Amino acid sequence: MKKLVSLLLAVAMVATLLVGCGNAQTTTTDANASADGQAVFKIGGIGPVTGAAAVYGNAVKNGAQIAVDEINAAGGINGVQVEYDFQDDECDAEKSVNAYNTLKDWGMQMLVGSTTSGCCVAVAAKSAEDNMFQVTPSGSSVDCINGNDNVYQVCFTDPNQGAASADYIADNAIASKVAVIYDSSDVYSSGIYEKFSAEATQKGLEIVAAEAFTADNKTDFTTQLQKAKDGGAELVFLPIYYTEATLILKQADTIGFDTKFFGCDGLDGILAVENFDVALAEDVMLLTPFAADATDDMTKNFVAKYTESYGETPNQFAADAYDAVYAIKAAAEKAGISADMSISDMCEALKGAITEISLDGLTGVGMTWNAEGEVNKDPKAVVIKNGAYVAM
Amino acid sequence: MNKQLKDNLITYGIIIAFYAIMQTLSATGSLSSLFKGLLVPVCVYTIMAVSLNLTVGILGELSLGHAGFMCIGAFVSAFFSMCLKNSGMNSIVRFIIAILLGALVSAVFGVLIGIPVLRLRGDYLAIVTLAFGEIIKNIVNVLYIGKDENGMHLSFTDTASLNMSADGEVIVKGPQGITGIPNDSTFTIGIIVLLLTIAIVINFVNSRSGRAVMAIRDNRIAAESVGINISKYKLMAFAISASMAGAAGALYSHNLNNLMAQPKNFGYNMSIMILVYVVLGGIGRIRGSIIAAAILTVLPELLRGFSDYRMLIYSIVLIVMMLFNCAPAALELREKYSLKRLFGKKLKKEEA
Repeated sequence: MKKLVSLLLAVAMVATLLVGCGNAQTTTTDANASADGQAVFKIGGIGPVTGAAAVYGNAVKNGAQIAVDEINAAGGINGVQVEYDFQDDECDAEKSVNAYNTLKDWGMQMLVGSTTSGCCVAVAAKSAEDNMFQVTPSGSSVDCINGNDNVYQVCFTDPNQGAASADYIADNAIASKVAVIYDSSDVYSSGIYEKFSAEATQKGLEIVAAEAFTADNKTDFTTQLQKAKDGGAELVFLPIYYTEATLILKQADTIGFDTKFFGCDGLDGILAVENFDVALAEDVMLLTPFAADATDDMTKNFVAKYTESYGETPNQFAADAYDAVYAIKAAAEKAGISADMSISDMCEALKGAITEISLDGLTGVGMTWNAEGEVNKDPKAVVIKNGAYVAM
Repeated sequence: MNKQLKDNLITYGIIIAFYAIMQTLSATGSLSSLFKGLLVPVCVYTIMAVSLNLTVGILGELSLGHAGFMCIGAFVSAFFSMCLKNSGMNSIVRFIIAILLGALVSAVFGVLIGIPVLRLRGDYLAIVTLAFGEIIKNIVNVLYIGKDENGMHLSFTDTASLNMSADGEVIVKGPQGITGIPNDSTFTIGIIVLLLTIAIVINFVNSRSGRAVMAIRDNRIAAESVGINISKYKLMAFAISASMAGAAGALYSHNLNNLMAQPKNFGYNMSIMILVYVVLGGIGRIRGSIIAAAILTVLPELLRGFSDYRMLIYSIVLIVMMLFNCAPAALELREKYSLKRLFGKKLKKEEA
């Protein structure tokens, strides 16, 4: 009896597999045509929309959606409409590759993703195999673009951020004795820290304490702060995400450690944290390419649309995704690609074009890309005054 | 042909049929990219389920740290492949050695962990294995290993403290893990490893040692009284289980370009996920584990059409499957409307 049931289940399994194949076939036959038979560009997106990192994936999903809607309303790319599909990867490299394959079956021609570094490295290896054009909004690890000439970044690489932070602190004589608190279990955080410490030593900054924490142990930072205090740090460098940073700021206040804090783009979003006294973040400096309360028309327009559609203030990830879609558009127009080109031909054309464009986006003015895939834009330093970012 | 042999042949048959169908579909180009991409993960998780079934079903001890062994196998094999990446070695030979090495090191850890752990029983053992899995993940996350002309460098703090020469290469980069692993895992190798795993488990269960292990599971005191060396047989089963998890880890790491030890892939969530495969497929039933693991690996991907409700539906399917398999009412219903009975009746009628 049980044998029969297991047989049945096996049959069911094979049946589901076949059903899956059937679906795939129907979608691939009209890969670059929309439901009504018109040619379209198909842009895919990947990121975590469930699980602990869902904030970032959702921001990317929504930011890119706004850009796609705007482009379609304005007549599309080269007069061709854009279709957009976003798949969840749960912040897991294996799931991210599955999401990539799902999008490929859907007929994706260009990819905006993956959102997180680890996933992006795994997906980039696959997209390089297929020679598909990929722009990652926020995969900041160097390994995302290393050796993959089809992958381009909108965000700074982690080492660049680390070096830029050390340079900024040293060149503006903000402090000479620096402490670092970083998440050693996080790619982003440890990536920035490594380069920061190397650059800081060269620039003559003294690192009095380099204290690590891990993802499993990130609620109590008093020990790390006490060490920084005992070391006489004039500035604490926080290459971490804002959730932990709010706790550090609170605990520094509790133990009476009055010092300067300096962070990277991960701190963006700190003012929106619920139940966080923004007065504690007063005078915190951060290097971020995007500030939601900037007054230029582009940012204002984007923030208004985002708030209206999704009921929250966009963070830097959303802005990066928005720029990623516009970077694809600019490159596609420069290269003059059409929707009936093969994925590989399209990628070759876009590769040549993206190094020639200069894009004014939300996260930077006059952004350019080199052939390695790195973006070139100016890091903007802001300081928090009266609960708002002020340019430094 | 006895019942045992027939049963085993069905298990092998299902896998070989699955392989044949997938290869045919792949050759005719009718297999979607998603399914092509899922073939290796399906092998990985079925091997994990079969190997955990050895601990949970045959040995009768609840282990919640199985992902830890997978993690060891994944990192050891990936490290090995990275070291010999540019040596000009044949990639298949290199990969086979990597799998064996991953399995071997996992087995060694299985014995090391087993010595203290298997003195515990039941819940206590479960908690200790849970802790073990987390320890492995955390150690890997602070591990930095680099290679230059002076040999290997090891550090537990950061890459700077490795003191590498300028042209040295950092292979294991703490939380950033190992990047650039050659993509050696193929469906064929995955299926071969899976068949080997099943052969090992089935033969172990039907061997003298296997019977001793099951005797310990069923009644420890009785087993001890007839002179069975409890520690030896427990360790044996535990080490075999660990080594197969290590082999699965090797397949896993060579399927992706980069390997990081994160809560998602090597944390206790993964250990519990594998336990779910085992429980759902039936504790102690090898074929059940294979089918459950294959279905549950593919299912979340098939549900992508439901977008945001995907994981919700996935959990509901889990509950329904569990009820269907184990609830008394469902068992009764299945008995009543079973195909066998329907066919049986028909046959009887025809005979009449």
